[in-house]
Amino acid sequence: MIACRSPGATSGVPPGPAGSCPDPGRAVRESLRNPAPGPIIPPGCRIGAVRAMPEEQFDCIVVGAGMAGSAAAYVMAKAGLEVLVLERGTHAGSKNVSGGVLYGPSLGTLIPDYEDRAPLERHIASRRLTFLTEESALTVDFKSAEFDRAPYLGFSILRNRFDPWFAAEAEAQGAMKIDNVYVDEIIFDEKGRATAVRAGGETMLTRSVIAADGANSLVARRAGLQRNLHPEEVALGIKQVIRLGRETVEERFGLRDRAGVANEMVGHATHGIQGGAFLYTNIDSLSLGLVMTVSSMVEDGHVDGLRPYDLIERFKAHPYVRDLIRGGEVVEYSAHLVPEAGIGMKPKLFANGVLVAGDAAGFLLNLGKSIEGMNYAIESGRLAGETIVEAHRAGDFTERSLHRYEEKLRASVVLGDLRRFRGTYRFLRNPRLYREYPELICGIAKRTFRSDGKPKEKMRRILRESLGEAGVDGFRLFLDAIRGGWSV
Amino acid sequence: MTIEDLLYLNTYHVDREHPHIRVVIEICRTQCKKKMCTYTCPARCYVDQDGEIQFSHENCLECGTCMYACDQGAITWDYPQGGKGVSFRMG
Repeated sequence: MIACRSPGATSGVPPGPAGSCPDPGRAVRESLRNPAPGPIIPPGCRIGAVRAMPEEQFDCIVVGAGMAGSAAAYVMAKAGLEVLVLERGTHAGSKNVSGGVLYGPSLGTLIPDYEDRAPLERHIASRRLTFLTEESALTVDFKSAEFDRAPYLGFSILRNRFDPWFAAEAEAQGAMKIDNVYVDEIIFDEKGRATAVRAGGETMLTRSVIAADGANSLVARRAGLQRNLHPEEVALGIKQVIRLGRETVEERFGLRDRAGVANEMVGHATHGIQGGAFLYTNIDSLSLGLVMTVSSMVEDGHVDGLRPYDLIERFKAHPYVRDLIRGGEVVEYSAHLVPEAGIGMKPKLFANGVLVAGDAAGFLLNLGKSIEGMNYAIESGRLAGETIVEAHRAGDFTERSLHRYEEKLRASVVLGDLRRFRGTYRFLRNPRLYREYPELICGIAKRTFRSDGKPKEKMRRILRESLGEAGVDGFRLFLDAIRGGWSV
Repeated sequence: MTIEDLLYLNTYHVDREHPHIRVVIEICRTQCKKKMCTYTCPARCYVDQDGEIQFSHENCLECGTCMYACDQGAITWDYPQGGKGVSFRMG
């Protein structure tokens, strides 16, 4: 909770009555909206962000009310710390885009009964992987009763429904959140310790900062913790939400109750650009999108002169996709950056008084067959929060204390997974994965299932002809398969 | 759907006085051959008109792709000020 004192507080007079400051949050909001000189804080109200009042500083300022930020704020506020969350959007979630599946138990560790309370769309009861050529599609569809009961594999979510809930959970624990605030930078003292945050013309004092400001973390870059990223390390994700109605979603995908499908696709969806496509079922809509590595868009994308929005419209016209979205109404078009290089783009995770979490730290795992990021964001946010709580107890926010964050991450799934799959990112740069191999797989399927009056072929011949048609060298395929086995 | 139709679905609080992205058009005109911004921006903020880049920040989806795609150092990228820019309703 925020310190709320009478005007005399600065000169050592005891705090005024509680009623003298009905809404300290409003005071901060107004102070940030009006950076102009003059009294910016309403009379009778003193907030923790006032200059020259070192005793009125926050224990932690969290930049960004996304998955990592809200998880961190939740943990710290629950432990009784004075936490301020600054969100640049009009509300939590308004700047956030995800493909849409929150996998794994990370949120349950924080909020055990979240499945009953969080605004989730559908639990993922079946996983599909589709290989696309220009005209064909081969889908591996895995469905299991095990996926259809708790503990669930994961849930499709829409960030603008989920994030406001998650941020409110952190607020209910006592964290304070202010929307519409852009954070310029972290301010360090002469000893290199983070002491404040500069935002909206204001300086807010704090003992620590958690940078959870997403994939383009300008806060981490300006603090010298992250370098500029390279085009081969990041991907562009674009997405459309297509409303179909609940009944149509359930009938078309063979679903009942709140079961859902996660369908990843590789091949012609991206016209040979490194990347893939996804389709997730929400309660009454579909999340459909493409993820394309920026360097590959630069090198290969301009060959056909196709722009991202052209590619997604072409993808929607593919026979496989067209029939799944038929009759749907596009209700949103969005885009977001996807940090893809994993451990290779890991920033310095801690400095004196600063931690970096979530997408800002590049905590995302792209295995080609799936992209997971939100679970790592929550887990890293939780561990960042825990680290600050321990630092607060020890009264030590220096690097010596905060380096425990990296130790915690190493012991957790976050750096555990990212280290284990550190070679995947290089493996996925193989262009054959997006062109020749989907052609080969669909070619085999086409020859296997064809019945056109001509003499039927045996499997050996089918394989040989399909390899030839897709332009795949058998030995190369063998090597790629071995490499794939090692890295994915 | 056209990109104009798609962008029309979004809500924007445009900060007309302070564009959050600055483009040095002179660099685009004199040095840049590929004009990769025009091929990678998902919101058609960059348009190549006879070799001249026309830039507008109003429809930006704030993904940051252009700053990674530009190999000429012509783009200075920032987020819009608090409360400005695109507001997604689904995400």
